[in-house]
Amino acid sequence: MTTEREAVWTAGLPRDLAANPILSRWVSVDAGGVISVRVGKVELGQGILTALAQIAADELGVGLDQVLMPPAHTLHGPDEGLTAGSMSIAQAGPAVRAACAQVRARFVAEAARRWGVDAERVTVLAGRIRHGERVTSYGALAGVVDLDVPADPQGPLTHGGPPVLVGTSSPRLDLPGKVAGLPRFIHDLRLPGQLFGRVLRPPSPGARLTDLDAARLADLPVELVRDGSFLGVIGADEAEVTRALETLRAAATWEEHDTLPDEDDLRGFLRSGPHETTEAPATERPPATDRTAERPPATERTAERPPATDLDHPPAAGQPASAGRPLRASYSRPFLAHASIAPSCGVARWNDDGTLSVWSHSQGIHGLRAAIALALDIDAERIDVEHVQSAGCYGHNAADDAAFDAVLLARRVPGRPVHVQWSRRDELAWSPFGPAMSADVQAVVDESGAVRSWRYEVWSQGHTSRPGYLGVPGLLAGAYLERPWRYPAPADPPVAAGAGTLRNAVPIYDFPHRRVTGHRLLETPIRSSAIRSLGAFMNVFAIESFMDELALSAGIDPLRYRLAHLRDARGRKVLQTAAEAAGWGAPVAEGTGLGLGFARYKDKGAYCAVVAEVEAEHEIRVRRLTIAVDVGLVVNPDGVRNQIEGGATQAASWTLKERVRFDRRRITSDDWESYPILRFGESPEISVELVEAPGLPPVGAGEAAQGPTAAAIANAVTAAIGVRVRDLPLTPEAVLAAIESSDL
Amino acid sequence: MTEVFELTVNGSRVRVETYPDTPLLHVLRAELDLKGARFGCGMGQCGACFVLLDGQVVPSCDTPMWSAAGRTVVTVEGLAPGDALHRVQRALIEEQAVQCGYCVSGILVSAAALLDRDPAPGEQAVIEALDRNLCRCGVQRRVVRAVLRAGSQEAAE
Repeated sequence: MTTEREAVWTAGLPRDLAANPILSRWVSVDAGGVISVRVGKVELGQGILTALAQIAADELGVGLDQVLMPPAHTLHGPDEGLTAGSMSIAQAGPAVRAACAQVRARFVAEAARRWGVDAERVTVLAGRIRHGERVTSYGALAGVVDLDVPADPQGPLTHGGPPVLVGTSSPRLDLPGKVAGLPRFIHDLRLPGQLFGRVLRPPSPGARLTDLDAARLADLPVELVRDGSFLGVIGADEAEVTRALETLRAAATWEEHDTLPDEDDLRGFLRSGPHETTEAPATERPPATDRTAERPPATERTAERPPATDLDHPPAAGQPASAGRPLRASYSRPFLAHASIAPSCGVARWNDDGTLSVWSHSQGIHGLRAAIALALDIDAERIDVEHVQSAGCYGHNAADDAAFDAVLLARRVPGRPVHVQWSRRDELAWSPFGPAMSADVQAVVDESGAVRSWRYEVWSQGHTSRPGYLGVPGLLAGAYLERPWRYPAPADPPVAAGAGTLRNAVPIYDFPHRRVTGHRLLETPIRSSAIRSLGAFMNVFAIESFMDELALSAGIDPLRYRLAHLRDARGRKVLQTAAEAAGWGAPVAEGTGLGLGFARYKDKGAYCAVVAEVEAEHEIRVRRLTIAVDVGLVVNPDGVRNQIEGGATQAASWTLKERVRFDRRRITSDDWESYPILRFGESPEISVELVEAPGLPPVGAGEAAQGPTAAAIANAVTAAIGVRVRDLPLTPEAVLAAIESSDL
Repeated sequence: MTEVFELTVNGSRVRVETYPDTPLLHVLRAELDLKGARFGCGMGQCGACFVLLDGQVVPSCDTPMWSAAGRTVVTVEGLAPGDALHRVQRALIEEQAVQCGYCVSGILVSAAALLDRDPAPGEQAVIEALDRNLCRCGVQRRVVRAVLRAGSQEAAE
């Protein structure tokens, strides 16, 4: 079969199935009837394997107990790229559905052939393939039905029957084992002959090794690995290896340099350049879907020409606005750490036949494989990577770096797997960070307060340095090798993938004129990469904070103000649902306030509105988050709720507490005291309303709540105590400073 | 120098030879092959490695073997006999109060200790008992509901 023919004939298949058309890559059936469904997406604690198992089981006509979801593997399963960007359900869902529908059709055809009946009259229910009195099963036919065939572009994409499991809250398949404390994580992996490794990171990002007193390790039961400024130890006993790491630390002499920016002037750092500047396309907003929706008076009145007002010298927000006068404000967020509860971990073995096996909790095992091949100049075909679960990562953390550490150490001991686990301090100081951002918003309003013109400008480091970005491996240790791989400044994903700095920078509202510009820093000493929702967290925080500032300045209720600028019917419904559920408009107690935040993630994903109830006394306390979300077709309602709750709780943590700390030389926030996250006692009550849209394709839920939650909290703080904090995090000190400056 | 230590883990007497300052967590995971207590920080700050030491919740990463010697340790694997689950483990599944699951071992130990001394705790008591456990996925409120559920089931039984 020619690839050309495949390319033509797979055009109608879902993207991921067209790219991996051989059915046996997705589905295999053993004689016992167990059906293994392999996907390229990985379990990060978000429950994706359970949701995809629901889809698979429905298509196959079996129960969940007959489906096994093996971990992603570069050799044995499909390549579906990254597990990121809330795209797993949208990408893997249709592919799994179509692959399973075609597998089912092949089994049905075989049964029909044996029985000499029409395939259309064969049914599959609860794993029983049946025609009249005759019954067979997947297991019974497993030996004869060939799945080493490409998916048929003319074949079924679904069997079309009513869903049984899809749409229900199937319990997570992996929870019983995890709750029992069974070995489920890469940290628990023990392979035959396995050794343990530890890497000594430099004392600071700009450090270079100048001297090593290797004799100090001579009597220890470990092997020393050195390659340039990359140092590590390997041994059979993990406790001995951990002790040897401290000896190694004392034996190493480094030359250090001040390479980091001024933490107290991130605004200046981000805006100093050089930059790559990108204008958001003028018309990427989808047309209003509901023509009967009330048209905002603002648009009708002002749909003529740009205002003649001087946008360069507007008054600050918070001052009364007169018609045609612009308002402006600046917002910022600091660097954020992924701060996984588990330190990163990787395992590698150089096999006797010259191949390399890697075990990793990477979000993209194929990208990791390619990056390792590039870094070491070996053929990617000689490397296999298997996914093993770890703690939640929330973006590009050090998973890939730890895998590469293991590869480098294991090279010293061919045939032996080497298991490398990072320390907490290294996890918090050396994982890529979510980048700091700074934004200016300006708007010109008419005499009613409605927006006539909107100007948004945002400065940021790039939002991805995932393995392979910009043609470099992008693996931490690479920069410290004898022949180093420098890593250039982080890039941004293309607009088609949701952008980075500009993700959600274009407001969803119907403004007659708007201009949105992003500036990505082209030189930076701080390694940053993707953290949950990328630029959307900051951009939605800024847009939705400013919408409240405009509403308050016009004396209009913030909910009404938003609705007056929003034709999108699904958006309106989500906003109204959240507001109603939260009791918007009812009086609240002294010192408490309600605030609203809203966005459609990546402009085409989930709609999410958050109402925060905040109590502001000695500290800011988020008592409750009331959330409405529209994710299209809901595969697993409780799974969506759990993702939204988790995203909102994490966003509350970012908003209230989190900030990567550093001096001019080192990252200094390297434990849970210097990088505090939200605790049980601080976690808000959360209720989630699912606004149903079952006829629409499913979109992800994992990142939708990040930006709206931040804005809702900030707006609620203003509602509670009348001051506005525009620079995250909203610590007690920041609120106090805002109170003091508002008194002046 | 290494020494021999004896202690009781999940009801069994065990002997291990190691350094006096080796963390109990390492002995549990590497020597006794009990992987339920997880390594999170090694500094006693996150709770992923919590175990019961003579009934008290302690971070096993920060408990040297010299101080655990002769004492009784219960890990998440030992909260209920055999393959059975403790009622708070069942409640966590019923509430689907887990995302990645890395922190739950320590949370379960904290919660089981609370339910031991207060079989039907109120919400504030649950929150206080869990405040030393960090969770990054954001299932805190589900966990609180699950522990309250386990408590109310106890009260009903």
